[in-house]
Amino acid sequence: MKIAESWLREWVNPDLDTEALSHQLTMLGHEVDGVEYAGAGIADVLIAEVAEVSKHPDADKLSLCKVNDGSGELVDVVCGAPNVFQGMKTPFAKPGVTLPNGMTLRKAKIRGVVSNGMLCSAIELGLGDESDGIMSLPQEAEVGSALVDLLKLPDAIIDLDLTPNRGDCFSVLGIARDVSALTGAALRDASVAAVDASIADQQPVELVDPEGCPRFAGRVIRGIDRQAESPVWMTERLRRAGLRAISPVVDITNYVMLELGQPLHAYDFSRLQGAIRPRLAKPGEKLTLLDEKEVDLNEDTLIITDDSGPIGIAGIMGGLSTAVNDNTTDVFFEAAFWPQDFMAGRARRYGMHTDASMRFERGVDPAGQARAIDRATHLLLEIAGGDAGPLTDEIAAEHLPTRSEILLRRDRLTRLLGLEIDDSEVARILTRLTMKVETVAQGWSVLAPSHRFDIAIEADLIEEVARIHGYDSIPEITAFSQAPLETVTESKVDIEQAAAMLIARDYQEVVTYSFIETEANTAFTGSESELVLSNPISSEMSVMRASLWPGMVAAAAANNARQQDRVRLFEASKSFHGKLGAHTEVVRIAGLSTGPVNPEQWGSSTEGVDFFDIKSDVTALLALSSRDDEISFVASEHPALQPGQSAEIRRDGEVIGVIGKLHPKLAKRYDMKRAVYLFELDAAKTLASRAPSAASISKFPAIRRDIAVIVDDTVSADELVSAVAESSDGLIQDVRIFDIYKGAGIEAGRKSVAIGLILQETSRTLTDVDADLAMAAAVKKLEDKFAAVLRD
Amino acid sequence: MQALSELIDQAASEIDAATDLAALDAVRVSYLGKKGALTARLKTLGQLPADERSSAGQEINQAKQVVQGQLNARREALEEAALAAKLAADAVDVSLPGRGNSIGGRHPVSRAQSRIERIFTNAGFGVRSGPEIEDDFHNFTALNIPENHPARAMHDTFYFPGGNLLRTHTSPVQIRSIVKEGVPIRIIAPGRVYRCDSDQTHTPMFHQVEGLVIDENISFANLKAILHQFVEAFFERKAELRFRPSYFPFTEPSAEVDVSWGEGKWLEILGCGMVHPNVLESAGVDPEKYTGYAFGIGIERLAMLRYNVSDLRTFFENDLRFLRQFR
Repeated sequence: MKIAESWLREWVNPDLDTEALSHQLTMLGHEVDGVEYAGAGIADVLIAEVAEVSKHPDADKLSLCKVNDGSGELVDVVCGAPNVFQGMKTPFAKPGVTLPNGMTLRKAKIRGVVSNGMLCSAIELGLGDESDGIMSLPQEAEVGSALVDLLKLPDAIIDLDLTPNRGDCFSVLGIARDVSALTGAALRDASVAAVDASIADQQPVELVDPEGCPRFAGRVIRGIDRQAESPVWMTERLRRAGLRAISPVVDITNYVMLELGQPLHAYDFSRLQGAIRPRLAKPGEKLTLLDEKEVDLNEDTLIITDDSGPIGIAGIMGGLSTAVNDNTTDVFFEAAFWPQDFMAGRARRYGMHTDASMRFERGVDPAGQARAIDRATHLLLEIAGGDAGPLTDEIAAEHLPTRSEILLRRDRLTRLLGLEIDDSEVARILTRLTMKVETVAQGWSVLAPSHRFDIAIEADLIEEVARIHGYDSIPEITAFSQAPLETVTESKVDIEQAAAMLIARDYQEVVTYSFIETEANTAFTGSESELVLSNPISSEMSVMRASLWPGMVAAAAANNARQQDRVRLFEASKSFHGKLGAHTEVVRIAGLSTGPVNPEQWGSSTEGVDFFDIKSDVTALLALSSRDDEISFVASEHPALQPGQSAEIRRDGEVIGVIGKLHPKLAKRYDMKRAVYLFELDAAKTLASRAPSAASISKFPAIRRDIAVIVDDTVSADELVSAVAESSDGLIQDVRIFDIYKGAGIEAGRKSVAIGLILQETSRTLTDVDADLAMAAAVKKLEDKFAAVLRD
Repeated sequence: MQALSELIDQAASEIDAATDLAALDAVRVSYLGKKGALTARLKTLGQLPADERSSAGQEINQAKQVVQGQLNARREALEEAALAAKLAADAVDVSLPGRGNSIGGRHPVSRAQSRIERIFTNAGFGVRSGPEIEDDFHNFTALNIPENHPARAMHDTFYFPGGNLLRTHTSPVQIRSIVKEGVPIRIIAPGRVYRCDSDQTHTPMFHQVEGLVIDENISFANLKAILHQFVEAFFERKAELRFRPSYFPFTEPSAEVDVSWGEGKWLEILGCGMVHPNVLESAGVDPEKYTGYAFGIGIERLAMLRYNVSDLRTFFENDLRFLRQFR
């Protein structure tokens, strides 16, 4: 909300400069987003009258004006504004004057005609963002006097970021109340004298739905001057609050809303038919609004009706059929109380957000309706004349919000804040906040005023006391918690350690979005996502990813496109699976490697990564859990991976991840320059660990025996190693494959595998006989299981 | 016959002239070998009269020792020279880069998150996590944000059909953790959060750390202390903090916290407050017995300040040239 400092000071005038006042507002919880100084640097601009206007001989769009600036002589000025007319009062800058935009005026020839200065628009004076030409000032403005005197400039426009709980602060009065409570500066009396009726006309109002509309105040004013204009003091205040002047009736409703916080609506009285009845909309009802849009009304929406049907959406926007216009002479002002429960979220549902709806949603003082009507009436009579009827103020008291007394306990206040505040200070703060305070044994019994519907419980009062007393005054005290020590578990490896391992192996961590394009998700996982956002920000971010790969491959592709050929990425984050409601979220560790194995360097080849490079990274990661002996890599198919270069990673038979080469079709789709290798692991299953349990180390030497066997190509290394390991009990410490040979001497479809056996006993030195027996057992096992042939 | 002294001189000059070990060995053989000149002299001792033999033998042996000494000295010198030459040939250009892989790096947001976690775990906080696909109850209702509350409009929530949503903050972990673990409790909960908003200063996904402490006598003064200590630990400098009254439905009193950033400038870095009694009640905690504080920190915000990053969006572009600066 924007508020002019000069207006605020009319209500409360603490001994603080603009900066200090802004600071105090911020420290009150009304954060000042910015302060804009209106009318700075235009002290030398005068008010002038355009005495004569004629056409420029050589330019259609320019006018030659003779301007009376009060100096006694008429000044020749060339003007390009389309709205200039004879008799117009307008701001005038003489040669030598510098405008806020930095332009210094000079006597100049414009298309051959001398111009002695400039007639100014609001933009040129830094007084607005839009203009229809030069500023038109009221006729009573005094020629030759300073513009800043007329407009009461300069003024600071304070932009406040108000919190949604303080609906009462969406007005000059509301802010002034808080400033007064903080500073002790006197608050202007907000009461308004009742208006004496000079006519008897009244608009009948029937509270047919008293729950939805427990209070409706209004007044008829007839015979207003259609030619009347809003005074400059009013239009300037509206403008500084960000509102455009429209007509006295509309301007007054806005002005009173900004001043007192009560939104008003003005009807053309002559267009109202029968009694006004506020109620919930019925199915199928429609309404054309002030902005000429037709809306279908929802049944949960409060509307205002007369005999013709709906004539406005309560607290959001009025209807077109009963709106005031240039010909309106008879007006009916409305100031109603619409409860928050009936207003919350409604405007949004119609795609609207109005000054009125914003206030009603946050809450409006249920005691302020008659005052607002009186204030608006006084202003209208003053500006546009007319005759006022008696006040209408229909009240269903049983449905108006009531306030009850809240007990504020002294010890609770101290305990929650960690600060003891004097009793007298507490009472003083609450009283200044216009609360009724009664001292009781435990502390205070407090009744909040009608405009403070945010005050419901003791904690709310504690916040009020702290807020006015100042958060700054609360000390810093380190707490000693009774919460038990956190365990540091060895049942899993910290993900930080996994990250450190991958970083040490030249992987760069990335953070990619959790929501991705639906096609990419399907292409990488082989199934359609069932976790689709209803309101995605774009189609590229519409489903929850079931794999980290699509985002990662896209990131690698983007880096490829930026001349980064060697890309190694990892991410540790969630993927999302299953059907909504039965869905799971799984933390995964995924990695990608493409381009040369090593960064370009001397003495090292630039060959690209292959399956075994990335496998070694994965193996290293798995080794962190110290349970890597339970791991196996099993050839398998995967929709994103190239057949024959793809494997499931299993721990004790359970699949915990996948590894392989990105399918060339997908690689092409992403325009990848070189082969891409990927892995993705379930983090919890991968990092599951246990505290180590030490076994004794053998004091006796180990014996190594090597064998070479010929087996079918399809026999995997894992199968061979585990067969050998199982072939004798306890003797074999380690089995290593140290060579694989295919080609000359070996028939097609077969391969020769060289296997090293490390044999050792913990209780004795092994003999050659032991070793021979173990080797024979191993060979036997391989022969039986894989029809292996021992090679000599 | 040549005088012994001459022979020694001759040997000395030949030893000096030997430029490698082979040549030196040839010299050794020619004087001390089986057929060497000095060996030959010893063989001639028999021809001398008996009374001269002893002294002549001594002389020859002395000569042999002199020559052997010279040979040894020369050998050592030549061996050193040879080693030096070999080592010189082995010299490398030490300025060439080391072979093999370089190292990767942490993403700056993770890096900041990890530091935040370390700071709080050092202070005895546990680290918790919760689901990112949340329900309305945990994300809003249990946090004292009933349906139609104006605060909901400020959250720009991503929804799924049927009412589930992507959590808009890490605060739901408060509720889940209290219900699961009970009180007293002292935790942080870092993680991804989502808002349907994308412009220069907003990304639809970002990271927060929630903090929650509930115990029998937790006060606003405790909250001020922990946050001040945290901010100074995170930025590794003395910092002034400004607690401003604000509004969050799930805390009362609530505050936004600014940190001093030179030249009288204040930068907003987090929101916090005393846990609202309604929140405690919805998690089954007696608000009369227990009080607590909670805070929410935007990790990107802190990472930007700490690492001098000016554009939030660069965190999610994953440009290696940007990311490599954080290793």
